Order: sequence, then structure tokens, then C-alpha cells
Amino acid sequence: MNGASLPESFPEPIPWKTGRAGVVPAIDCVTGVPQAQAQSQAQAQAQASASASASAVAIALAKPKKIDPKLSGSGIPARRVIRFLVWARRFAQVFFLGLFLYLLFQTAFRGSFVAKSDTPVRLPLPVEGFLNADPFVTAMTFLSTHRVYSELWWSVGVLALTLAVGRAFCGWICPFGTLHHFFAWIWPSRVGRGASRVEANKTHTYQRAKYYLLYAFLLAAMGGSAIGGMFDPICIAVRSIGLGVIPAAQYLTHRGIGAATATGVRPVQGAADQVQDFLAQTVWQSHQSYFHQTWLILFVFIGLLFANRFIPRFWCRVLCPLGAFLGVISRWALFGMEKDHAKCTDCNLCLVHCQGADSPQGGVKWRQDECHMCMNCETACPEDVIKFRFLPNRKSAVTTPDLQRRTAMASAAAGALFLPAARVADSLDVNYHPRLIRPPGGVEERAFLERCIRCAECMKVCPNNALHPAFLEGGVEAIWTPILIPRIGYCEASCVLCGQVCPTGAIQKITEKEKLGIGQPPIKIGTAFYDHGRCLPWSMQTPCIVCEEFCPTSPKAIWVEEVTAPVRDSKPGPDGEPPAMKEVRLQRPHVDPALCIGCGACEKVCPVQDEPAVYVTSVGETRSKTNIILLENTNYNQKT
Amino acid sequence: MRAPSKPPPPTSSAGTPTPAAGERVTRREALVRAGKATAVLGGAAVLGRITWDAGGFGVAAGEGARQVRDFRIADPGKAFAELAIARGAAEGGATAEGLVQKALDALGGMKRFVSRGDIVVVKPNIGWDRMPIHAANTNPDVVGAVIKQAFDAGARRVVVADGSCNDPNRCFQRSGIWRKAYSLGAEVVLPAEHRYRTTRMKGELLDEWPIFTTLIDADKVINVPVAKHHNLAKFTAGMKNWYGILGGRRNRLHQSIDISIADLATFMRPSLVVIDAMRVLVRNGPQGGNIDDTKVMNTVVASADQVAADAFACTLIGQHRDNLPYLKMGHERGIGTMFWENLRVKEV
Repeated sequence: MNGASLPESFPEPIPWKTGRAGVVPAIDCVTGVPQAQAQSQAQAQAQASASASASAVAIALAKPKKIDPKLSGSGIPARRVIRFLVWARRFAQVFFLGLFLYLLFQTAFRGSFVAKSDTPVRLPLPVEGFLNADPFVTAMTFLSTHRVYSELWWSVGVLALTLAVGRAFCGWICPFGTLHHFFAWIWPSRVGRGASRVEANKTHTYQRAKYYLLYAFLLAAMGGSAIGGMFDPICIAVRSIGLGVIPAAQYLTHRGIGAATATGVRPVQGAADQVQDFLAQTVWQSHQSYFHQTWLILFVFIGLLFANRFIPRFWCRVLCPLGAFLGVISRWALFGMEKDHAKCTDCNLCLVHCQGADSPQGGVKWRQDECHMCMNCETACPEDVIKFRFLPNRKSAVTTPDLQRRTAMASAAAGALFLPAARVADSLDVNYHPRLIRPPGGVEERAFLERCIRCAECMKVCPNNALHPAFLEGGVEAIWTPILIPRIGYCEASCVLCGQVCPTGAIQKITEKEKLGIGQPPIKIGTAFYDHGRCLPWSMQTPCIVCEEFCPTSPKAIWVEEVTAPVRDSKPGPDGEPPAMKEVRLQRPHVDPALCIGCGACEKVCPVQDEPAVYVTSVGETRSKTNIILLENTNYNQKT
Repeated sequence: MRAPSKPPPPTSSAGTPTPAAGERVTRREALVRAGKATAVLGGAAVLGRITWDAGGFGVAAGEGARQVRDFRIADPGKAFAELAIARGAAEGGATAEGLVQKALDALGGMKRFVSRGDIVVVKPNIGWDRMPIHAANTNPDVVGAVIKQAFDAGARRVVVADGSCNDPNRCFQRSGIWRKAYSLGAEVVLPAEHRYRTTRMKGELLDEWPIFTTLIDADKVINVPVAKHHNLAKFTAGMKNWYGILGGRRNRLHQSIDISIADLATFMRPSLVVIDAMRVLVRNGPQGGNIDDTKVMNTVVASADQVAADAFACTLIGQHRDNLPYLKMGHERGIGTMFWENLRVKEV
């Protein structure tokens, strides 16, 4: 216990002199007990002193409760419905985490033996469903674009759930929340037992941080940046597991099972192949995925999980902006807690099990906005103090976040200032990075940054491992947004899967016809350029043109010029004469910028291994009206 | 809850008594400590000696002889044709199944090549994300006809596999081969990293490369390529189809595409080659993409001699063996003959 939790007789008016960091003090030790109840208790006590039998009558009038001798205190077990709800919650948590992982595993095109050759290639499931249902994502993109894109209306469901029963999403559904629930359980704080655990689960002032973050992100969204997606729990889970955990597990498995193939024993090799086939068909894909700068994503993820060791459910209580958003909404929730402070014996069993650090214990007001509705407190309470019900009296509840107005305003202002601060850095209006190649169907860069929540769905689904989280290529504003790195993978010409899974429309849902340009101009994401100093036919008189072979457009954007070129023999002539000259027939490749779509297949397959002799930059991309080369492409009246 | 939050303070009664300040350790204790230190040093020395690397930049020299995967049948089949060309009418009437049947019958039937209980690998060209109409991949009907023939001849398992250039899932699905092969009961194996093993081919140019093991773990291998134009090699069919067994960065093979093709054809000796020339890509190969670049030819060529089959098939798009150095190399290496006219040719 520290001094801050002692009742203050005279509240200090200057906040920084109180040092009120840490545990939120009891705010209603005296006033929290409802008046009517206090009166009836006083009467009951008076009667009890008059006759001992009166209290027996009072107990007999109330429903007789079974006493469980194994429970502490009075041993009154929780209501049957509550005990059922706790188990229902555990099942829901496992189910939704499983569903989330299943959808993430299905965020990949694995082909089908039933599909005909002209069946459009799409994923059969709405794999981005959790993001569609994320109201924080919807709120951010609504504020930045004034539109609710495509399936984002699903988030009305989570909104309705919150209005009905409070932040049940956090405690029952959120897959990232379930991970934190799990890790807070197996990695309890170093001092996470007994009194320390009780102390850790009391409401702390640091829990305000998430609301400040929320306001900052919403204001940044209003300005035109969906940067808050970096902190959305669903985005973090998709990004970290999809780009970090799954590829790492694949790498380990490949190395581990790869050792089995080195044994050279046929049955062992066969079994190892079977296991790898199964995993490639269900969990990951047949080739190892690599992601640019993904170490940072994994580092943040592991750091957040590990933080549970110091503050239980650190992420959910302190940082989560989605939780904060639902916390703000939950003031209108119909479901809530009633407390009978008089019955509380301060055993703190509710606090031992509390997930949200929402002050379930007696003597303080319950915090609706912090509660995850896990029902652990009522289950644990041996004294019948805590009751969850619809339309509770709110005599002992706080429904709105406990915030300091100045900090809230300051953080909102910081959010509002984010966009101008990011834009005066040189990454967007001037000095645009040439390798900031956006996925096909991506909207214009400013609109892109209004929408992209960095959920990494597009990177996960990309069949060629071509899309990667940007680091600082597009400035701090574009961190972890998708960029195409053709050297790792090229954009498959007929593939439109990234647009299909994008939940916010940063990448539009284009069709194959639009992308390939059947009856209309194709969607270009950049233009290829040759480095004649490195290209084999251009500078080393060696035949090659793999780039031309892979160029997917028809007619090909890469055309070859047949030349006869002189080449020097590698060996000197006899008697030290200079090496002889001979002639070779060569095909030298050229790019037709009017036909090149910037897919990067040429760059991917260029045999000049380290730095390719043909490379793609973003110039000429369809989505931009300024990032162009050819004058003819500025004429929007032209017919195809 | 159960455990106290702090560890219990150290008590003097627990364990060995702590020596007072200034007290010396016993002789036994001193010897034990010195012994442990010596053991660690000795262990490190032994480990270091075992794993010592003298340094130097020499790459381990290759060992072993040139490898060959030979799936040819021993029976020369003197009574039958050595090169069968089945042509259908240009417009309608000709089905892939019928043409494959006719061509194989001319060679003595599939039973000559596939024995009862064999594991048969059918290796089509599934290189590109193109539909059958683009003729960049083998026609699924031809692949299906070969699979059916193999099963009818008594094959225990028929495996269809290829290492694609584009995304394999998309290539296998959109080529129509996955659906066709699956419906006929063949196993379809998509390329996956773990299916490749590094193999020493010891070719003239191709030495150590990852090989798609599914394609070589078989009793019989039937090569079912598509005949098409190739911008660098001019024309490709059977011999070039072995590019599909290679993993790794095969893009550098194009610097010497003819020797690469000859090396691969030296490594892989199929039981049978069935060239699909139902619809032929005559321009903009190998990937195509434009239906106008294709021409319906309704032809199927079958032979056990991959060089002869290619040498004949190149004439379909107006090429000649003298323009295709890889045919000459194959001929000179004795893989087959490029003078297909000298074989027993049967047109049906």
C-alpha cells in the first residue's frame, strides 16, 4: 500500500502537488453506500439489537442461499447464470481466437482443384471480418474520408454489443485481448500474487493513457491520417502474427523438419514431406515468406505480451485505443454492476481475478468504462456484494472515463498537429520516395494515408510475397503501410486479392478486367527502367532477356532490339597479343513506358543477383495525377 | 495468495555454514575449484580442436559422376513406330483424347511404356498464369488423355507436377490441369520448398541445383510439353520442359539457354514424350497472353526420343533443327536423333 490510497481529508487543489499517480484512491468510502440502503441497514441493526430473532427473520425473508464451505468468507456461491456466463466467456474467447487464426491462415490463395480455368481467383471467406467489425477502424476512416467503406458497417454489430452489455468485446471476443488474458495468467507479475496482485488489479491513473491515445488518433484521422491503425489491436494481431509469428514458425519448422530429410531414410522423408504439405496447405504457404523490417513488428508484439509480467493486461488497460473507444461508448450500456458495499468484507477476491482493473471491490465506485465484462468478480465474491444486471442503478458506478481535461485536450491537439508535422517533413509533397510502390488499385497517396490502417491483410494475402510493410520510405506517416518490393516478389498480373481483403478501401476492390486493362487502360503501379551498365546484353554482350520472357503484358512492354555487337575474347592471343575480338548476336531489351504496368516481374527475375539491371519505380502509377512521365498520360480525355 | 510475495531471508542454519570473513577455504574445496576450472579449459580445448577450421577459401570440390535419371524402357519395340504424329481436322472433329490414343497406338500402346503397378509421373508445362486458350501451358485435355491412358495401362498412381514460373496455385488452377487431373484420380503436387533437394547433375553447365523430387521419384516419367514459340530459344517443347524440375534461381540459365536445355535433357530421360500441339503459340512465347498469337493445329506428337520429337515439332511453327542449337547438342550427346526422318515415323 502506498500513501496515495489513504483517504484525503482535504483534496489538494494543485494536481502536481498531490502526486496522485498510481492507484486511484477510494472515491466513495462514505458516500458510495446508497442512502436508502444505509437507512435500512441502520434500521436492521437497531432491530437486531432489540431482538436477535429479527435478523433471523430478515435472512429467512431473503432467498435462502446455499453455503459452500470451500469458499472463503460467508461462502455464498455466485448465481448459476453467472457461473454459466464465465464458462461461456471462456468458450467464446477460445472460439474467437481460433476463428481469428483460422481466418488469418485462410488469408492466402491456395488454389482449388474444383475451380475452372476461367473462375475468377477470389478468397471464399471474408478473411478481414474482424477488421470489418472494428468500430475504432470505422470511426477513424469515417473521420478521415467521411465514408463508411464496404463491409465496415459490420462494426455496428460490435457497437450494438457494447451498448447492450458494455465492453464485452474486450473480454469475450477480441483475439488480442484473449492473448493478453492468457499471458497475464501464465506470466503473472513478478510480484503478482496475493496482496501485490490485488494492488496491481486496482484501478490506476495510468489507465487514462488509452483515452488520450484515442483522442489523439481520432483527431489525427480528422486531419487525414489513419495512423491510429498502428495501435488497433486487431491490426496488431494480424500484422504481428501474419508477418512475424507465422513466417517464423514456418522457418523453424522448415529447418526442424528439414533435418529429417537429411537422414536419407525414405519413410522418414515421406512423413516429413507429409507434415510439411499439410502445414503448407493449412497454416502457411508452400514457400517461405519474408517481410521487410518485420523484426520491429515482432519486437513490439513480444514486448506487449511480455508487459503482462509487470502490469497484468497492460495493453488492454493502458494502451488499447479500441478498448478506450468502447469504454467511451459503454456509458450508454444497458448492462452493468450493482454493488452492496455494506456486505463487503474487503476480502479482495474480486480484485484477484479482475481483468479490466475496473474497481469491482467495495468502497469504491465501479468503472463501467474499464470493465471487460468477464464476470470473474461476481463469481469470486463470497458475500453477495456484486450483482451484474440490466438497467442497474448507477449509485455506485462511474460510467465515463476519469480523465484530466487538460491532458485530454493536449493529446487531442497533439493528434491534430500530427498531420501537418508529418507533411512538412519531405516525404509526400516533395522528394517522394521512388520505391514507394503501392499495391494495384491503391488510391491516390493522400487518400491512401487517410484509409490505410496498416493491418497487413494485403501483405499476408499476396501470393508472391511482393507486398511489405514500409519502414520510413514514405516518412513516419506511412510506417507499416504496404509497398511492393519487386526484388522479393512481383505483382502477379491477374491477381486482385489485396484489394479484396483491404477493409478500408486504401486498395480498391478492382476486377481482373480493370487491372489487366481489357477494354480500358490497365492499372499501372510504376514503370521499369534499365540500368545499361549492369544489363547483360547491354554491357556484357551476354544473351539473357529473362525480363522479356516474364513480362506479362500483351503486347509485351519489354521489346528487344536485335544487334550484332563486338565482344573481346577473355584470353590474350598468342605471344602476348591483345585478346581477339569477335561478334555476337544479341537481343537488347527496351521498355515501352506506355505499356509497362510496373508489376516488377522483370526486376524479380533479373539474374544480376544483388542489384538488378532492371528495376521499377513508382513513376507513371495510375493513381497519381502528378507522379507521371509521359505527357500523353496527363490527357484524361483520351480514348483507349 | 499462496506463496509469500518475498523469498524467505537467508538463514544461517540452511546448507553449509558460511565461513567467517578472513577464513580460508579447505584444501578439498580448493582442489575441487581448481579441478572444475581445469575441466572447463580442457573441454574448451578439446571442442576447439575437434571443430578447428584451418581457413582458406577453397570451395569443396564436387564429387561423384554425372547423374542421370533414366526412365526409358528397355524394349526397343521394333514392330512399332518410333515417332508418331496424330493430326486431326483443322476444324472440329478432333479431340485431344482421340489424337493421344491414335499416337500412342502407333507406338504400340501405353502398355509398352507403363507396367502394372507403376508410379507414373506426368510432367506437363504449367509454367504460366494463362488459360488453355492462350496455349502457354499444356492443354488440360491432352494431360487428361495421358493420365487416363496411364491408368488404363495399370499405373498404381499417377502424379502430375511442375515447377511453375508464376504463382503455382494460380497456374495450376487457371491452366485447367489441376481440375482435369484431379477429376481423373491423379495426384497433383504443387511445387513447395520442402519438395526440392539439391542434386549434383554434373552437366556441362548445370552442376548443383535444387531438383523437384516429386518429378524424379517415380517408376516412369511421361513428358507432356506444349509446343510453342520461345523468344530466346526460338522454339521449345520437350527438352525445355525439364526447366520445370529445377528450383533456385533458374533465371541465369538464359545466358546459355541451349547448353542448359541439353544438360537437363541429358539428366532426365523420360519413358515417353507426348507433345501437345493442339493449339500452338506461334509468336510472343513462352508466355503469350494473346489469343491472336495462337494457331489451332490439332496435332499430337509422341515418341520415346525427346530430341526427335522436338526436331519434328519445331517444323510446326516453321522452325528448323539447324536453328536450334540445343537439338544439335542433344543429338551429339547421343540423347536422341535430330534427324527424325530416319526413324520409323507414322502419321495417323
